[in-house]
Amino acid sequence: MLQQKHLLGLEGYPQEDIQAIIDTAFNFREVLDRPIKKVPSLQGITIVNLFFENSTRTRISFELAQKRLSADTVNFSASSSSLKKGESFKDTVQNIEAMKIDAVVMRHPAPGAPRHLTEFIDAVVINAGDGTHEHPTQAILDMMTLYEKFGKIKGLKIGIIGDISHSRVALSNIYGLISMGAEVILCGPAHLIPPYITDLGVKINYNLDEVLEWADALNVLRVQNERMGVGLIPSTREYRALFGITEERLEKHAKEIVIMHPGPMNRGVEIDSAVADSDQAIILDQVLNGVASRMAILYLLLGGKYEDKDIK
Amino acid sequence: MKISSQPEKVLFQNGEILDPVKKTIKPGGVLVIDGKIADTGRIETPDDAKVFDCKNLVITHGFCDLHVHFREPGREDKETLQTGSRAAMAGGFTRVCAMPNTNPPLDSPEAVSFIQEKSGSCPVHIHPIGAVSKGQKGKELTEMGLMKDMGAVAFSDDGLPIQDGSVMRRALEYATMLDVPIINHAEDECLRADGVMNESVVSNHLGLPGNPAVAESTMVHRDLELSELTGAKLHVPHVSTVDAIDYINGMKSKNSKVTAEVTPHHLYFNHEALSFFNTHLKVAPPIRSENDRQSLIAAVKDGTIDCIATDHAPHTIQDKETTFDLAAFGMIGLESCFGVVKKVLVDDASLDLISLISMMTVKPRNIMGFDSDLFKKGVAAELVVFDPNESWTFHRRNVYSRSINSPFYGKDLSGRVKCTISKGQWTHN
Repeated sequence: MLQQKHLLGLEGYPQEDIQAIIDTAFNFREVLDRPIKKVPSLQGITIVNLFFENSTRTRISFELAQKRLSADTVNFSASSSSLKKGESFKDTVQNIEAMKIDAVVMRHPAPGAPRHLTEFIDAVVINAGDGTHEHPTQAILDMMTLYEKFGKIKGLKIGIIGDISHSRVALSNIYGLISMGAEVILCGPAHLIPPYITDLGVKINYNLDEVLEWADALNVLRVQNERMGVGLIPSTREYRALFGITEERLEKHAKEIVIMHPGPMNRGVEIDSAVADSDQAIILDQVLNGVASRMAILYLLLGGKYEDKDIK
Repeated sequence: MKISSQPEKVLFQNGEILDPVKKTIKPGGVLVIDGKIADTGRIETPDDAKVFDCKNLVITHGFCDLHVHFREPGREDKETLQTGSRAAMAGGFTRVCAMPNTNPPLDSPEAVSFIQEKSGSCPVHIHPIGAVSKGQKGKELTEMGLMKDMGAVAFSDDGLPIQDGSVMRRALEYATMLDVPIINHAEDECLRADGVMNESVVSNHLGLPGNPAVAESTMVHRDLELSELTGAKLHVPHVSTVDAIDYINGMKSKNSKVTAEVTPHHLYFNHEALSFFNTHLKVAPPIRSENDRQSLIAAVKDGTIDCIATDHAPHTIQDKETTFDLAAFGMIGLESCFGVVKKVLVDDASLDLISLISMMTVKPRNIMGFDSDLFKKGVAAELVVFDPNESWTFHRRNVYSRSINSPFYGKDLSGRVKCTISKGQWTHN
């Protein structure tokens, strides 16, 4: 039902397919509110979750989505794998596919790894984050959550705050939001915003207060601890002073701005606890919508015909 | 293609003789007896000569490549002096300079003499380039004098750019005494950082760490200033950026000892070709923007760039069949070189054929001080016969290297080598 066999990224992804995923995700949201949160849509489908990098919520979210759809799942993580024995990436995935599987959900530290995977295997590939490249399912769940909150995406003003250079969440959000007609301003330390990013149709503003004044919603990125104090970010207090989403800063602005965060949060660094736990934060909605979005993606890529009776 | 001994007396008859020294093209033939040039021009066919009909073909000097990696010693699974020679012969090359990044590196007279001895039986002339610093570590100078005596024709730390300006200065000063060029892969390692492709909107799209153009241009600028200070011969390899071109052009007006080369792949591709993480295009320096590519073509035409060099860099399948971040840098280039540069420079950018051929023959030979007047009677024959007009598609079966990491498969090329004559050997089907 989707035009592309795989979900590798949102660059060039058809707008109508993003819309179809979000629409389907809202149907699955309803399933998640039932006492028995399970439908048989993917019965007999086998999915392997290949995680070559640590992940907590994305992996749990995918696994729950798969179980709610009655798929059979197998998990694989690099730490327990034969990769440690020197087996190549190609051999690992070909071995796994030889065991007859239908789809692979992969997280990998190398940009382009999911595309590379499609060169070796016939199974459907879903990118669960490839290094500093893309994280399309995160962007879809973010857009679903905006849709839920605002009833639309077109015309929304979204600020993405933080280290854009190293963020797959930022890149997928930019592709998705621009495609769906939102306006995007990036805000963060100047050397952590790539010089050519405005070619993607976004603007840059280093002044967080101006962005707050302008935006309907903020997507606040996690500050990677490994970048702190190694010359990229001078200190926590400097970052907090310039780009931290604090209660005091929000109070200066008359309107109530919606706050999103892909998690995991560094409370007290990029976002204050009081803000994260406030009503204007829709961070836990994002988590719930993450399961629904991933159900929709799996269903549309693997489920064949849309069967109302399963989900209504 | 096979390589075997030439007949005792062979006449390349009825062709066009392109002499890159005299800059002429004239109809005629070339008679080779016992591997030496016996006569050129209008020649009556001797009864006992084997005749190679060169109708519609051009006969010229064998090509000379100042930048190849033949991987021996150490990585004979990727290439050897013998297999590299086959690739060279297939591409029309009769003389190549081999970079020292072997294992162990060519950083001693003993290592240099190993190449000299082993390449004696190869069908092309292979000249070792010695390392500038011991272990290519960029700190202590090698025994450049002894290495030159053993046959090293130039010095370079190859893919490991000399970061320390004082080491580079000392190397250049030392080289003036030996009258040999220093070749520095110009890249500031700090600015390059972990960059794997040109820093650009394309690297943004792919989420890959970028290698900015200034990493090359600032280092080229430093090297040019040091060459002026020391009066040494500086050869800038594989120029890839518009700013480096400008700096080289500026320095050439006051210092005739600066020379520069460009590769076929930097002339053919721009970074848009990497859009699908094509690891065959992962190379150092990276494939740059269309603006850079156009400036390279212009620099070839205005003489800022002296010669074409392939940077032939063989790698195994598994070195390239991996994720982009892990893939090895480099591509093979000897077999496809002529068809690529003939298309890009002559067909598409209207460079004249004589100028192109001189950038593959007399000019690189002069940089290294090799004999470059190869149609003189009595000179050991180093010739190539090519069809300047044949359009063909590059296939894997055209590769004679031990490795197959070429980005040119399926590409339409123009101009094709028909026969290469070198060291008493020749190629035939």
